[in-house]
Amino acid sequence: MFNWIQHIADWLVYDVFNLNKDAHLAEALNFFIYDTTKILILLFVVIFFMGIVNSYFPIDKVKNYLSRNKLYGLEYLTASLFGVVTPFCSCSSVPLFIGFVRGGIPLGVTFAFLITSPLVNEVAIGLFVGLFGIKTTIIYVISGVLLGTISGVILQKLKLERFLTPWVKEVLANAQKDQDLFIAEKQTLKQRLPIIWEEVLKILKGIVPYVLVGIAIGGLMHGYIPEGFFEKYMDKDNLFAVPIATILAVPMYSNASGILPVVQVLVAKGIPLGTAIAFMMGVVGLSLPEAMLLKKVMTIKLISIFFSVVTLCIIISGYVFNILL
Amino acid sequence: MAINKTNIMSKTIKILGTGCPKCQTMTSLVKDVVTENNIDATIEKVEDIMEIMKFNVMTTPALVIDDVITIKGRIPSKDEVLKLLN
Repeated sequence: MFNWIQHIADWLVYDVFNLNKDAHLAEALNFFIYDTTKILILLFVVIFFMGIVNSYFPIDKVKNYLSRNKLYGLEYLTASLFGVVTPFCSCSSVPLFIGFVRGGIPLGVTFAFLITSPLVNEVAIGLFVGLFGIKTTIIYVISGVLLGTISGVILQKLKLERFLTPWVKEVLANAQKDQDLFIAEKQTLKQRLPIIWEEVLKILKGIVPYVLVGIAIGGLMHGYIPEGFFEKYMDKDNLFAVPIATILAVPMYSNASGILPVVQVLVAKGIPLGTAIAFMMGVVGLSLPEAMLLKKVMTIKLISIFFSVVTLCIIISGYVFNILL
Repeated sequence: MAINKTNIMSKTIKILGTGCPKCQTMTSLVKDVVTENNIDATIEKVEDIMEIMKFNVMTTPALVIDDVITIKGRIPSKDEVLKLLN
């Protein structure tokens, strides 16, 4: 499907720039051109498609749905799935959290949404398809959704309401089901498209620099690090590799667009996919800046429990990935 | 939220946001629209989360004109803001 991009990359590097086929620089440059073109096309397609879905399922609708419907245990999975199609900027996590609490949505269900949303979103999916192919992407999406669901269930079982900050407890006490009416925008797809289109361009504009830097770093590593370099250090049989990679990743923050191209090169050079994905999930899903934001609504204790449960689930899914793939 | 009765034509614009880059972009964009078009309006940036939650928004930045939420969760274009202000 993407052979034509490889032809263009080959032509540019070997014919136009006239670089030696065996040179590291040529290899790195070829990789860079091929990868960026392919990934930008995929990102565009996925972001556009998700933009349409999101236009019909805005966050208020999601909240009202979760708030009103009795789902008999399926609410965690539903919230997690909504997390996939509803992107939100990390600075919205506090208002979103309060909105959910106020709507009477259980804490665990809210967590399921908050965990899955940054892990599996349009940008991550677009990049994943471009870098690892469809099969790995599907496994990643499923494990991301399950991770949010299971973490949500565990967090709910822990009865964490008592660790919310006082003013949030008050919000919780006054929570009402279906309090606000959602007035659905009755627009045709044709009317929606210009807004969606603008959003797509804005998202792309925002992530392109990260993708380019990520792929450039990846490209350099690709050209200069010998095959199997990491295998020596992070063997599949090394049981500590997954937890170490995850714990190292949690305090770091980058969005999926910056970290994934680097992860792909790590995998190409011998790091097991599960270990690499656990690392990526740790970077994208949890971070110190996020913890600082959440301090407004949660006590340190609750944040620690939240982070620990998710970290544990990421480590487990890293192992599962290593076994399956 | 008191409306200034002596100057009823003046609009009160509030930008709700916890200080993320998107919220800052929205604030400067709205300020530009107001000055470029000589609109009589006061602009207030609301950063306190408890204040923000009074408006019942879940995604920031949000644009509130005379206590009506007009845009939430995205950065509008200048034209869009101008239309909302007229």
